[in-house]
Amino acid sequence: MAGFNYFPHTDQDIQSMLNRIGVNSLDQLYADVPADCLYQGQYDLPEAMTEQQVRDYFEGLAALNPRLKVFAGAGAYDHYTPAVIPYLTQRSEFITAYTPYQCEISQGTLRYIFEYQSMICALTGMDVSNASMYDGPTAAAEAMRMMVAQAKKKNTVLVSATLLPQVTGVIQTYAKYAGITIKEIEASQGQTSKDSLEALIAQGDVAGAIVPSINRFGIIENLEGMAQALHADKALLTVYCDPSALAVLKTPAQWESDIAVGDGQPLGIPLCYGGPYVGFMACREEYMRKLPGRIVGQTTDKEGRRAFVLTLQAREQHIRREKATSNICSNESLMALWVTVYLSLMGPDGMKQVNDLCYQRAHYLYAKLLETGKFQEAFAGAPFLKEFVLKPLVPAAQIQKKLADAGFFGALETPEGYVSFCATEKRSYQEIDELVKALAL
Amino acid sequence: MKYYDKLIFEISKPGRKGYSLPDVCTKCQGTDAIPAALRRDKAPALPQVSEPDAVRHYTNLSQMNFGVDTGFYPLGSCTMKYNPKINEEIAAMPAFAGLHPCQKGLKGVDAVYEGMDRALSAITGMKHFTFKPCAGAHGELTGLMIIREYHMSRGDYKRTRIIVPDSAHGTNPASAAVCGLDVVVVKSNAQGLVDVEELKPLLDDTIAGIMMTNPNTLGLFEKDIRQIASLVHEAGGLLYYDGANMNPLIGTVRPGDMGFDVMHLNLHKSFSTPHGGGGPGSGPVGVCEKLVPFLGVNVSGFNGNFGVILRAYAYILMLGRENVKMCGKLATLNANYIKESLKDLYKLPIESVCKHEFVFDGLINDGACEGKEGASTLDVAKRLLDFGYHAPTIYFPLLFHQAIMIEPTETESKETIDGFIEVMREIAAEAARDPDILHSAPHTTPISRPDETTAARNPILKYTEA
Repeated sequence: MAGFNYFPHTDQDIQSMLNRIGVNSLDQLYADVPADCLYQGQYDLPEAMTEQQVRDYFEGLAALNPRLKVFAGAGAYDHYTPAVIPYLTQRSEFITAYTPYQCEISQGTLRYIFEYQSMICALTGMDVSNASMYDGPTAAAEAMRMMVAQAKKKNTVLVSATLLPQVTGVIQTYAKYAGITIKEIEASQGQTSKDSLEALIAQGDVAGAIVPSINRFGIIENLEGMAQALHADKALLTVYCDPSALAVLKTPAQWESDIAVGDGQPLGIPLCYGGPYVGFMACREEYMRKLPGRIVGQTTDKEGRRAFVLTLQAREQHIRREKATSNICSNESLMALWVTVYLSLMGPDGMKQVNDLCYQRAHYLYAKLLETGKFQEAFAGAPFLKEFVLKPLVPAAQIQKKLADAGFFGALETPEGYVSFCATEKRSYQEIDELVKALAL
Repeated sequence: MKYYDKLIFEISKPGRKGYSLPDVCTKCQGTDAIPAALRRDKAPALPQVSEPDAVRHYTNLSQMNFGVDTGFYPLGSCTMKYNPKINEEIAAMPAFAGLHPCQKGLKGVDAVYEGMDRALSAITGMKHFTFKPCAGAHGELTGLMIIREYHMSRGDYKRTRIIVPDSAHGTNPASAAVCGLDVVVVKSNAQGLVDVEELKPLLDDTIAGIMMTNPNTLGLFEKDIRQIASLVHEAGGLLYYDGANMNPLIGTVRPGDMGFDVMHLNLHKSFSTPHGGGGPGSGPVGVCEKLVPFLGVNVSGFNGNFGVILRAYAYILMLGRENVKMCGKLATLNANYIKESLKDLYKLPIESVCKHEFVFDGLINDGACEGKEGASTLDVAKRLLDFGYHAPTIYFPLLFHQAIMIEPTETESKETIDGFIEVMREIAAEAARDPDILHSAPHTTPISRPDETTAARNPILKYTEA
């Protein structure tokens, strides 16, 4: 039998619908399209597959990808995902819902976004969070735009040399077309140099700066005095953070930053070759109306019951068009739900435990790798949590190959020639020992 | 749907846990060994709940939600089609979901990107696609960056203005502004189409291009598109195609053949991936041959929303070259059928065959009489919720004061559509009889209309313990 399982129309349905419309054929519904716009050719697409064929096809593709144990970070972290999360986020009422514009039938989405915003505020210490952004790097680019908009006449944003390259890359893209000048704050001993920051502020025109909380070498940065230096020049500070680590680290608010951004992926979101992830963005209350993206607020319905709505929409593109704070329309709502369920399950104690486990495993790996004699310390004594870099004494490619052959992925090379490793709570001591053994051979 | 009042924070109790983790080594140092100056002083105020508590809480929340699997979404410009379940299984396969974004030489992954590039190019008539953009608006921004790169590569720096029709989606002018382009608005004519005579004088050597949605947001095919393309190209500009309305053209018309140079697609609209309550989406951008060198614009962290791309690819393989031809046609059939079945009760400002969507300008008889306000478009939308339907897109496009924008997709059956028509007719009858029934709607939803003014005036944006 012809037909297709996603299309409900029978031939009879089609005919009776055409009759009501008053046309003879489906093609006649395109009578207003000039003939030279109609595609007459055969579409260069594969033949339709059955569901089983589709499954087999993807299983075949999957088999072509080596399954490696991940000992790499660089902005994407292999943390454990509790089974509850995919189970709940796959519920039809969540995953097949539209943006919650019709609040009366979207209280589920609106409530979890409100919870998400509250949790992001709890982790960052900031006053206000939006409903989420595409990913960490785009959130950082939006922070850059926000700082420039706030500064009005100043047009330079300082970006630390220790930020992840993909974050700096996206910031530079957005800056280029917006005509914003980007200057790099130098690194010293693997950390953002405060002297360099102050020298750049002294050059003038600085709207703000973006610095990492944990940087691309895995080092936990000391941001003491940076906000003060910027604020003295009426410039703002944005801190780029790993939200999982914020459960134990000094918060952006404690560093007196104005905006906090980062990627929510470490909060239980699978690696999935880079996406979908979720960017988070939070700020101090005074900049609330400059935040891009959706925001959920609490109110009451006509009966006085607690209700949640999308609010402060006068910032957004569908109201303000070219005068909006950003062009962003969607958020990464379902991924915000992943994060919300994750943080609900973990709570403050679980988050502390995850960080302790990461710390212990990463430090064990660090010590064991040094013992092989194939690495030297890059930044001896610099505090790190789950990720670190070492100076390899053999070519990085050789290390990567040995790891891959033994079933591991790690030793990503930095532009300086260091290699980075990461160990999360998912990596067992046995796996670490096996990795080290593979390298020692 | 029932009302459930709790927030996760309100079912929290110290001492409860919802996680299952290995024990911390008690003999080794932990995060307490990090210098105190770098540590937070207080644990974050996160909830403490057991696993069953969390599951019940979020299940209760889900039951206050409406989704495509719950019922019909006649939501204009949003293309709320069925989200096939096999796609979810494939996206969750550990051999894909477990891949680190920096892994190289993954033949199975490369095949997905290559297959998608080829399939989308075939469907749209473009040469190649980039998959980095994470959503439609993100794709628009990327496409505009590509347009700017093209002009700059030719040393043509003065093209900093972009033409956008007054009927365009709000993201068009907003994306242009983020891309550093000044927006020039071109008006629609009485037929709801871009007015070619209004366009001509705008085309000078400062124009980078034009952003068009075709069919436009009134659901009407811009039949002068080939002429517009010639005019814009002759003036040295490029044509951007907003793929938000691509669904009716899938299998029938290709943007490349209309003369478009660059476009985005919303995989979460035309290619069946779930909207997820507002994301994640994916907004791949396709370009014609001469723009291929500029496709590398770097707009997101890694490789785009791979999980969404996987789902869309599974959908395309199911669709295949056989079914693709019916996709747009059935969507268009459904839209015209609704339009013809309701135009005696709702104002149809422009009488014409529509594509996947169309716009009414409110009720013909809104019931207004001495001392009683008529039923507005908002009232109609809210009343629909009582009958188990999502509302259409309302008050957009801005060309009409009482716009009701309706888009059914090809995955809705005649019976579903007939049910919707019947309810829309009943609501029109109610409005004529007593508009107050509509003013006070919805009546059966978990909450009634909320106080949005207070929400914006005194924002409460996070939970604080009472």
